[in-house]
Amino acid sequence: MSTPVLELDGVTVSYPRPDGFRGAAVRDVSLAVAPGQALGLAGESGCGKSTLAFAALRHLPRGGRLEAGSVRFLGSDLYALSRSELRGLWGRRMAVVYQNPGGALNPTIPVGEQIAEVYRYHLGLDRAAARDAAIGMLERVRMANPGRVADLYPHELSGGMQQRAVIAMALATDPELLVLDEPTTALDTTVQAEILDLFAALRREFRAALLLVGHNLGVLRRVCDTLAVMYAGEIVEQGPTAALLARPRHPYASALLGCVPDAGRGAREGRLASIPGLPPSPGTAGPGCSFVRRCPIARPAFCGAEHPPLYPQGPGRAARCHFAEETPEPGTGAAVAAGGSAPVPAPGAEAPVLHVSGLSFARGPVEILRDIDLRVAAGETLGLVGESGSGKSTLALLVAGLLAPSGGEIRLDGAALAGRSRRRSTLQRRAVQMVFQSPDTALNPRRRVGRILERPARVLAGLGRAAAREKARALLEDVALPEGLIDSFPVQLSGGQRQRIAIARAFVGEPRLVLLDEPTSALDVSVQAAVLNLLRDLQRRSGAAYLFISHDLAVVRYMADRIAVLYQGELVEEGPAERVFAPPHHPYTEALIAAVPRLDGTSAAAGADEGGDAADGEGQARAAGCVFRRRCAAAGPRCAEPPPWRDLGGGHRIRCWVRPGAGDAAGRAS
Amino acid sequence: MLAYASRRLALLTVTLLAASMLIFLVTSVLPGNVGRIMLGPFAAQDSVDTLNRQLGLDRPVLERYAVWLAAVVQGDWGRSLHFNAPVLPLVIERLGRSLLLAAVTLAILVPSAVAAGIHAARREGGVFDRTVSLLGLSVRALPEFVTGVVLIVVFGIQLGWLPVQALPPEGAGPVEVLRHLLMPALCLVLVLFAYVFRMTRAGVIEALAADWTRTARLKGLPPSVVVLRHVLRNALLPTIAVLGAQIGWLVGGLVVVETLFRYPGIGTLIQFAATAKDLPLLVGCAVAVTAVFALGNLAADLLAASLDPRIRHGSPRG
Repeated sequence: MSTPVLELDGVTVSYPRPDGFRGAAVRDVSLAVAPGQALGLAGESGCGKSTLAFAALRHLPRGGRLEAGSVRFLGSDLYALSRSELRGLWGRRMAVVYQNPGGALNPTIPVGEQIAEVYRYHLGLDRAAARDAAIGMLERVRMANPGRVADLYPHELSGGMQQRAVIAMALATDPELLVLDEPTTALDTTVQAEILDLFAALRREFRAALLLVGHNLGVLRRVCDTLAVMYAGEIVEQGPTAALLARPRHPYASALLGCVPDAGRGAREGRLASIPGLPPSPGTAGPGCSFVRRCPIARPAFCGAEHPPLYPQGPGRAARCHFAEETPEPGTGAAVAAGGSAPVPAPGAEAPVLHVSGLSFARGPVEILRDIDLRVAAGETLGLVGESGSGKSTLALLVAGLLAPSGGEIRLDGAALAGRSRRRSTLQRRAVQMVFQSPDTALNPRRRVGRILERPARVLAGLGRAAAREKARALLEDVALPEGLIDSFPVQLSGGQRQRIAIARAFVGEPRLVLLDEPTSALDVSVQAAVLNLLRDLQRRSGAAYLFISHDLAVVRYMADRIAVLYQGELVEEGPAERVFAPPHHPYTEALIAAVPRLDGTSAAAGADEGGDAADGEGQARAAGCVFRRRCAAAGPRCAEPPPWRDLGGGHRIRCWVRPGAGDAAGRAS
Repeated sequence: MLAYASRRLALLTVTLLAASMLIFLVTSVLPGNVGRIMLGPFAAQDSVDTLNRQLGLDRPVLERYAVWLAAVVQGDWGRSLHFNAPVLPLVIERLGRSLLLAAVTLAILVPSAVAAGIHAARREGGVFDRTVSLLGLSVRALPEFVTGVVLIVVFGIQLGWLPVQALPPEGAGPVEVLRHLLMPALCLVLVLFAYVFRMTRAGVIEALAADWTRTARLKGLPPSVVVLRHVLRNALLPTIAVLGAQIGWLVGGLVVVETLFRYPGIGTLIQFAATAKDLPLLVGCAVAVTAVFALGNLAADLLAASLDPRIRHGSPRG
C-alpha cells in the first residue's frame, strides 16, 4: 500500500472549559487516508468530528491544543512545521470545503478573484493569468457561464453556485487532501444531490484523498469508502461504509441508524427510535465506556469501569465495545420498545380545521405564493415540502397572521380569519400556534422557562397566576421535561430541550392548529427522532391539526398523513403521503425524492433536474405555463400553457400535463 | 455603483432641503418678532416695523422661504448686522479654517486609531489591547478644555515646543501652519480616539472570527494579506459610518477648542452670532454646517458602498 496522505496517530485535542480545567474534545484518535480514498467522519454535534478534521489541518480554534499524538501529512509531521511552511501546504496541497458556503466566501470580493488568489499566492501567476485559471476552474466544477460568474459577488449566487465556487477554490491547485466539513448540510436536497454527483465526478478527475465530516449518514454513504463513527471525542466504530451501515457493531452506531427517518416509511409503519439521555460533555467522560449511560446492552458495573479498546470485527472493521457481538440491529434496541405506540388513527372526513382557498402573496412585483388551496382536518398532519424559496414558510406566516395575504381566504373551523393577527380574536389567536426552526432565537433568552410558558397561559388562556404556574408544570410534563427546569433560562438547556419548550409554549392554549416550520432541522438525528415522536403523541392526545413544513422528505414522510408539494409559490402535487411517495408523481416531486441520499445506497441521480441551479427563482420573471417547465426533463410543447389539476383518485392530485403519462398505471385524468 | 451614487445624491438634496426648511423656521418664524429681537426691547416700534419690512417679514411664510432659498442658492446670504458685511465671505473664511483643522485632526486620528484598533483586535485581551482601551477611555472621560489646558501647559509653556495660538501669522508656510494646528488637533484626537479605536477593534474582531477569514487563512494567504484584503474591507464599515457622523461636529461644534486656542473657526462664529442676535449670520453658519454634515455623511456612505457590494446592490448584509 502506498504512503497514506494523512495519518493520525493517537490524536488528543483539548479545549479550556469554563471551570478552568481543559477538556478533551478528541481522544486518542488514529486513522489514515490513502490517496484517492474517501473517509467519512460521522457523529452528532459535539462529538468532536469537526475538531478532529481541523486538527488534521493543524487549524485549531482559539484555545484548542494538540495534547498528544501526531498528524503526518505525506509522511511529515504537520505539527513540527513552521507557520510559513504550513501556509505553503494550506490551499495548495490541503484544502477545505465548508458547511456554509455563504459564510465561507468573503462578501466584499468577487468570487473569481477569491479563487484567483490561490493561483497568485501559490503558483505566482499574475493577475490576468490567475483570473483565467479561476474561470477555467469554475468551468471544471460545471459552473454555467463561468466568465460572468467570476465577476459576481457571493450574495448574487444561489447556495449551490456558492458551494461550487468554494469547491473550485479548494481544487484550484489539485490538492492531495480535501477536507469536506458538512459540505451539503446548508443546501437544498436537490442541490445537495448535484453537489454529491459533482464530488463523484471530480474524484475521477482529481487525485485528492477525501476526509468528509457529516451527520447525514445517507450523504456519507454516497461519497465514502470507509466510515468512522465518533462519540464523545472517540472513534467508536470504523469500517467499510456499506458493511458498517448494514450491520453496525457498536450500540451507538446502531442506535443512531435507528433514529434516521427513511423516505419509504411513515409513522404508521413504526415509531422512530431515539437515544435517551445526552452525550457526556467534553472532558467529563468517566473511566469506562463513554456510551454506558445510554447503552441498551451495557453491564453498567463492568462497562462503566473498563474503557473498551477498538476490538477488531472482521476485515477492516473495529468497534469500541466489550459486547460488540450483542449489538442490536438498527431500530430494534431497547429505546424503541420504551416508546412503543398504537397506530395513529386515520383522520375522518369531517370539516377541515384549516381551509385555505385561492391564497396569494406578493411582495411588490414578485409573486411569492399563487392561488394556494389547502385543507387540514383535526388530528391530521399536512406535510408541506419544497426547496428554499418555494414559499413554504411564507404560507405558514400568512396562516399565523404575521403577514397579510394579497388575495384569497383563510378559514379556521369555517370562520374566515383576518389577514393580520392583531385583528383576530383572542380565541382565534389561541387556536393557531407556531413552532419555529431555531428555538435559540424563538425563545426570549432573558426569561425563565416558567415565564415563557405562563405568559401565554395568562394572556391567551386567561388563567390566573397560580393556575398559569400549574399549567406550565403540566406542560413540562407533557413534553417530557423535568419539572426542575421551570426556573432555568433557555441558554442552560440543550437544543432539543429548548425545542420542547417552544412546543410546550405552542400547546398552552389547546390550539386547533399548530404550524411547525422545520421544527427539527436544527437538531441532531437522535434528538430529532424524540421530538418527532413527541409531536405525534401530543397530536394524538390533543387532536390538533398540524401543518408540518420541512425540506427533509424523509421527515415529512414519517410525520405527514397527507403531503403538499410547493414549487416557486405554486402547489404542484397533493395527496396521501404513501401515494405521493409512490409513482406516478409530478416530475418535481420525482426529482425531490430521487435526490434524497438513502442509507441503502440506492439513490438515483436527480434525473429530472436538468436546470441545475434554476431553483433560486425569487426575483426572476415567472415562466408562463407550468412553473416547473424550465427544469423539467419531461416537458413538452403543451407545458407552455398552465397545467390543470388532475385527480388520480384517493385524494391524490397533481398539476402536470405529462404525468401520469401513457406508461403510468393510474392514468385516470379528469 | 453609479446608480447607488445618484440615488444617494438625490437623497442628499432632499436632506438639505428639509434642513433648510428647519433652519428657516427656527430662525425666522419661531422667534416671533424678529425685528424686536434684533433691535432689543428699548428700540422704537417704528424702527422695529421698518426693519421687519426691510427683512420682508410682513409677507407669508412660504413666500419668505422661497425668496430666502432662492437667494441662498444664488449666493446672496444676506448681510451680517454686526459686521455690516455680506455673510457668505465671512462664513467661507471661517469654514475654511474649521475644515483645515478637521482635516489635520482626521489625518492624525484615522491612521492611529485604526491601526491601534487592528493591532488590539489581533491580540484581543493582550497587554496592548487592555492598555489602549483603558487609556483611551480615561482620556475620553476628560472634557476637551481640561486636556487642552494640559496640552498648552506641557507643550506650549513648559516645553515650549508648540505655539499656544492656533492661528498662524499671515503668510506662514505649510509647516508653520501645521505646527500651529497640531495642539488643537491633538486635543480633538484625544476626544475621538477611544471612539474610533473601539469601533475598529470591534469590527476587526468580528471579521477575524468570520468563516470567510478562516477560508482566507486556510487558503494559505500570508497574515498581512488576510487582514488587509479580506478583513479590513468588512471590518471598517461601522468605523466609516461613525467618522461620517463626526465630521459635522468636528467642523461646527468646536466652540471650546477654538476659544481655548484662539482659533477663529466657524464654531466661535456661530456662538458669536447667537449672542449678538445677528440672525442672518446665524442662519448662514447653520446652513454651512448643515451642508458639511450632510456631505460628510454622503462621503462616508459612498466609501462604504465602494467597499461593500451589498450596500450598492441594496441587499441585506449577513
